[in-house]
Amino acid sequence: MIVTRRRFLQSAAAAALAAARPDLVFAAAGERSRNLLILVELKGGNDGLNTVVPYADPLYTQLRPRIAIARDQVLQLDPRSGLHPALAPLAPLWQAGELAVVQGLGYPAPNFSHFRSIEIWETASRADEYLPDGWLARAFAAAPAPAGHIADGVIIGSPEMGPLAGAARAVALSSPGQFLRQARLASTAGPRQNAALSHILKVESGVVQAAAGLSAGLSPDSPALRTEFPAGPFGNAGRAAAQVLASKAGVAAIRLTLNGFDTHQNQAGVHAALLKQLGEGLASLKSALVELGRWDSTLVMTYAEFGRRAAENNSRGTDHGTANAHFVLGGRVRGGLYGEPPHLDQLEGGNLAHAVDFRSLYATALQRWWGMDSAAALRGRFAPLELLRA
Amino acid sequence: MFRLTAWLFAIAAGNLAGLAVSGMAQAASMGMDDARHFLSRTGFGGTLGEIVELSRYSRQEAVERALSGPGGGAATATATSRRPITGAAVTPPPAWVSGPFVSPRGLRDDPEARRELQQQEARRGFELRGWWLAEMLATPQPLQERMTLFWHNHFTSSQQKVRFSQLMYRQNQLLRRHALGNFAELLHAVSKDPAMIVYLDAATNRRGQPNENFAREVMELFTLGEGHYGEADVREAARAFTGWSIDPDSGEYRWRPFMHDGGAKTVLGRSGDFDGGAVLDILLAQPRTAQFIVAKLWREFVSPAPDAAEVRRIAGRFRDSRYDIRTALRELLLAPAFWAAENRGTLIKSPAELVVGTLHQFDVSYGDPLPFTLLMASLGQNLFSPPNVRGWPGGEAWITSASLLGRKQFLERLFRGQEVAGRGDGGRPPENQLTASRDMPGAAFADMPADRARAEFKGVPGLGRLGAQARERIAQALTDIRFDAHGWLAQFQPGDVDAMRRVLLPLESAATLKAGGEGRELIRQLVLDPAYQLK
Repeated sequence: MIVTRRRFLQSAAAAALAAARPDLVFAAAGERSRNLLILVELKGGNDGLNTVVPYADPLYTQLRPRIAIARDQVLQLDPRSGLHPALAPLAPLWQAGELAVVQGLGYPAPNFSHFRSIEIWETASRADEYLPDGWLARAFAAAPAPAGHIADGVIIGSPEMGPLAGAARAVALSSPGQFLRQARLASTAGPRQNAALSHILKVESGVVQAAAGLSAGLSPDSPALRTEFPAGPFGNAGRAAAQVLASKAGVAAIRLTLNGFDTHQNQAGVHAALLKQLGEGLASLKSALVELGRWDSTLVMTYAEFGRRAAENNSRGTDHGTANAHFVLGGRVRGGLYGEPPHLDQLEGGNLAHAVDFRSLYATALQRWWGMDSAAALRGRFAPLELLRA
Repeated sequence: MFRLTAWLFAIAAGNLAGLAVSGMAQAASMGMDDARHFLSRTGFGGTLGEIVELSRYSRQEAVERALSGPGGGAATATATSRRPITGAAVTPPPAWVSGPFVSPRGLRDDPEARRELQQQEARRGFELRGWWLAEMLATPQPLQERMTLFWHNHFTSSQQKVRFSQLMYRQNQLLRRHALGNFAELLHAVSKDPAMIVYLDAATNRRGQPNENFAREVMELFTLGEGHYGEADVREAARAFTGWSIDPDSGEYRWRPFMHDGGAKTVLGRSGDFDGGAVLDILLAQPRTAQFIVAKLWREFVSPAPDAAEVRRIAGRFRDSRYDIRTALRELLLAPAFWAAENRGTLIKSPAELVVGTLHQFDVSYGDPLPFTLLMASLGQNLFSPPNVRGWPGGEAWITSASLLGRKQFLERLFRGQEVAGRGDGGRPPENQLTASRDMPGAAFADMPADRARAEFKGVPGLGRLGAQARERIAQALTDIRFDAHGWLAQFQPGDVDAMRRVLLPLESAATLKAGGEGRELIRQLVLDPAYQLK
């Protein structure tokens, strides 16, 4: 075979790229599937201080005389921090060393609007810039998921594309069955007469492709999952995610949403119920992933627009805040506490200062989990957290 | 009733005699395709009757009519002799808009009353959206309405932050009053608008404690655009805007001289003891401002890619006219690019254009607008609540897998043929009635358990606060939606697909129509065509 100059340059460039970023090889033509990332949005702004409780700090109960979690209720992680008791379903994961807790996640000049702050998190922007695309969309633009995947990412249980906004191949669904019914309205036919029509047809063919992959995998005689999911929207979303994965249709990222964390009033009961759903849902998700043989190739991360104010308000609730604690779990996670525990004696305007930029969490997923360079997608360098086992 | 066939298109398109009305023939009639294009770009799409009516005018006459109202006559009139558009809505607003303003200040220690106030505001927010949707349908002035929406997306304020529906309504009144008026006056007025003052934190901008939010956005988003000012300009301008505030008891604008920083400032190279109004005039004096606005108007009305030379030319006229908005629109709508074949069908309909346009073009009747405002919100355009200060990004961002399927599902449900046999009323098929089908967004809400409904509709802030009766309302509203398929189809020769396509689609249909389709099935195929998402 005659090696043309062009071909040579291409392969030389590829070799140089591979040498500079050895882990980039994953994106080569032979890539058949990619590690799975599942993001879990705790919509409304989860109260991190009552989720990962600084139970030994006397300031905690002073700031929250009516809603603090009692010390003897807390599931202790170490001598300072413990989990809300409703998160008991996560205890086996902690004991297995598969649950990382990252404290102090946030960003400079925090914004207190739900809409704006979730946009900052989902587009991985600075507080003072507006970006059109989600951070995963930018990552997939740089390194598309393997062609055999039914989609780059699947959004489950929310119409908002969030981190996948602007992604070339991303679909939203509430259950595979409902998606397949709707997808019958999509078609791929037609000449692409202009950019707008091309865009519509591209989205439409993404739907058709995802539907084809899903329906091929969802054959009626494929074995049903034994894992039971809890009742409620989050359990339903987890079940839908497991069904997508059980269809053998490859997917690189899934985003689930649990809504209702905007607990301004009478927080205690509502918050406990939400955390129970979260804990049970995540435990079921692990069980289903183990059943599917995917637990070791799955990384689960929670996120939210913000944490909540350190002090309780007059309505036994909490107002919008800043830095927050989040969970990272998976078969290859090195369990433990990461980041900085909250410094309740160094509040800024009643709010926690952040210690770890949230984009470090994303850099962990991009660099360590997917082995890709994260600087382009995150528009800067953020140190990954070393919370994965080799 | 017009009975339209393909030959009518042909005659109207090349018309010099056939349909010309006496006295109007001195300028060439534009024909059906141009008329369809014009109505879809400057309003919410045209019905067959509107298209036929407009097709008899020249392009220039069509532009003048759109800018000055349907009573304006034809070729002889000039823009200045027309009766002015007041911008007043024809749809009566909810009664509370003129009721007393209830300040939240007095409720600070009464959490129960505060909660009630929040619920009331959420209810009012939905009423306001329904009112605007009804007005978009009822208006005799679709361009006026489109421009009100354009300015809402330019001078954004959101109910989510402002929280007072009365203030949002007053801002809407201001925007519609100036929608086709003068941009300089609009900029000055909206800068002192109470909803804007709340939205961009102007009231917390005080001497010695500046809040730069408004000063930054007025340069970046309202006038100059990014890269045409410096951080020092923002800081200095913020000082000039100090003292602009609102009276918390009346919700009216209030000047607080003791909060104003009266010292010398330097903004964009000019120095003086400027107040806010003086800074706005400095921004208006920059040639860049007219270019920025004209380029945005171009993306709204002409194509996604503004032609730089044309934008400069039109911006020059805009500036020379001292920011007369009609002047800019006239230039834009008469520019060759507006009519060019290659720019037709290049813009994606917003949810408002898709929903209002479909209801209008098919003469769909309804009782309660709530299902449609919910639908628009779930498609990404919650009126009075743009996502952030940049507004709705629009264009291709309107179309995601979720929103595209949502759009198609709405259309499919609306036009699904439900042949109900055996109602002997003279052979006339029954109206195609949208009963509470589970897949309409509102219906889904009405049918769902409460927790699931909240989860599904979390993109629609405040829906949970509507309370339990919202479900009954939606269920009822869905049964009140009527589309008279028989009457609509009777406008066309049976099976005249080409004529229907030319009324509904800006391009050759992107998908291939299945052979043998007829009646509602044909309508369904046309509206589900990807080209129906375009204008």
